Amino acid sequence: MSRDRILAAIRNSQPERLPLPEKFSFESVFDDLPAQFAAVLATVGGQAVSVNDYAEIEAHLRTAYAGVTNIATTLPQLAHLSDVDLAAVTDPHGLAGLNLAVIEGQLGVAENAAIWLDERNLPHRALPMITQYLAIVVRRSDLVPNMHDAYRRLDVAATGFGTFLSGPSKTADIEQSLVVGAHGARGLVVYLLP
Amino acid sequence: MNVKRTTHPDASASFNRDEARVDWHDETLWFVRSKRDRAARLVPEWEDLREAASRIKDHVLSNMHDLLVQFEQNAVRNGIKVHWAADAAEHNAIVHGILQENGVRQMVKSKSMLTEECGLNEFLKEKGVDVIDSDLGERIVQMRGEPPSHIVLPAIHLKKADVGETFHQHLGTEAGATDPQYLTEAARQHLRETFLTRRVALTGVNFAIAETGGFVVCTNEGNADMGVHLADVHIACMGFEKLLPRTEHLGVFLRLLARSATGQPITTYSSHFYRPRPGQQMHLVVVDNGRSRQLGRPDFRNSLKCIRCAACLNTCPVYRRSGGHSYHSAVAGPIGSILAPNLDMSQNADLPFASTLCGSCSNVCPVKIDIHDQLYKWRQVLVQAGHTPAAKTVAMKTMATVLASPRLYKVAGQLGRKVLRLAPALAENRLNPWYQQREMPEAPKESFREWYARNRSEVRGQKSEKIEQ
Repeated sequence: MSRDRILAAIRNSQPERLPLPEKFSFESVFDDLPAQFAAVLATVGGQAVSVNDYAEIEAHLRTAYAGVTNIATTLPQLAHLSDVDLAAVTDPHGLAGLNLAVIEGQLGVAENAAIWLDERNLPHRALPMITQYLAIVVRRSDLVPNMHDAYRRLDVAATGFGTFLSGPSKTADIEQSLVVGAHGARGLVVYLLP
Repeated sequence: MNVKRTTHPDASASFNRDEARVDWHDETLWFVRSKRDRAARLVPEWEDLREAASRIKDHVLSNMHDLLVQFEQNAVRNGIKVHWAADAAEHNAIVHGILQENGVRQMVKSKSMLTEECGLNEFLKEKGVDVIDSDLGERIVQMRGEPPSHIVLPAIHLKKADVGETFHQHLGTEAGATDPQYLTEAARQHLRETFLTRRVALTGVNFAIAETGGFVVCTNEGNADMGVHLADVHIACMGFEKLLPRTEHLGVFLRLLARSATGQPITTYSSHFYRPRPGQQMHLVVVDNGRSRQLGRPDFRNSLKCIRCAACLNTCPVYRRSGGHSYHSAVAGPIGSILAPNLDMSQNADLPFASTLCGSCSNVCPVKIDIHDQLYKWRQVLVQAGHTPAAKTVAMKTMATVLASPRLYKVAGQLGRKVLRLAPALAENRLNPWYQQREMPEAPKESFREWYARNRSEVRGQKSEKIEQ
């Protein structure tokens, strides 16, 4: 069996055991986590909007996505804005026509504007990619300075799938020209709640 | 594998025929390198991160057997089917077997340099399976029938107009179109249709985690996620060296990877897979293909620390001026040149010589691989094993004889200076390989030895001492 032959070859080849380093976690100091998060999000093509409550999110959504249909949300506070019932979608292919998804993020990372989403936030794994536009609600108290902090705070293996999402989908594969909207969402707004 | 490939010097020579294009290629990659520098400087602990990454990988390489066993146990417990492939042929057969079991003849695939290494696309094509690469750059080169020229930026050798022409032929975009926004939109529509209709999706693996049995796939475009979340079957293929012991180690590597690659603070999507979604199959193919051999070579095992960020390609003065295709190997550039001889020493004997040994690659490597030292060491191994061209061996041996004898050295110097002064055509002609990309130096009237002998006698006012042995 190849498995055993490969493992035997590895056992014969690997050098004497070296210890893991003791220090592999570092501190990042930012004066203002929401400001840092927002600044980095802007550089990766997203937009952060500071809001005080769901009414302000609704007002912003109504202006930013005026006339848009095929909207889904996982947030009960915004359910009346949606016209797609995610609970009724059993096959992710059914999301192909989605124009806007409004979801909740568990945690935001100030150093790189990444937001952790897992199956507790995503009724379908494809949701944040297949939608044309994406909006994520994150609490300011759920912002952490860097990735070390994020992994300390999260149990990333709690569900079957999770992703750190930073900005909208993008590519620079044609002559290094940045184009936003490769295969995933064409735009990302992050609402920062108190 | 028996056909002799075009060597790096020959392929570089043809790449260099279009000087303006070489300059453009050089500048484009240097621009990416500069972005990496800016991103790295924003992280005060950058050097500590590199050190931590390198040492975590040291531990992984030294504990690979146990970590792999632990990883497999956890992955199986998560409902992932784990396969083991000793070589490229077995890897390809496993993937084909999964496709056959599912009665599928079409597959969408996100970026995986391992499948390039294994020649999976060509193999499946022969078996009548249609594979569509979904990374934009890979799709472009796939349409053109070319391999990727760079491990992160597969179409970096192409200009907008080239892509416009390719898309005009294959996707029916307007002739002469060069707007990246328009061209990317055309690819988005074409590939969205692909994502929605394929039942099997294959991805690479950036990191696998022993303690959880999960794995992480990073993309900017979202193509890996679009493929697998819409497919009934997810096949992930990894070289065994992608393993990390614990989840918390990802913090180090995700902070380094995108900053080193493109200067981004992180990739857009860093997706963590632990279990298949209900009703989905998740297969993971663990591949050796020479890696256990490389692990056993003390001088070269550090090459297995590589996280495929391509920082060494972007900074390399030879890569930037010779183009990825000149390396005739799935992984081009400095790192590719230390991996390829392990796969096939005689076919890739030219690659460790495609370097100035300037060391820039080692300085930017996020996991501190001693790349330029390994290139130098491979040269010793290859020469000793007789894999270098005969003419070069003769020239080197002659040079060694001359340099070892002061008398011969003196005569050779006098002769060389005379030739360059009196009959330059003897040196400045196409038969002299040294002259092909270089100006010959202006010959000095005398050698240092002659100058020294003369001046010493003038200063001391005495006859020059005999400095010959």
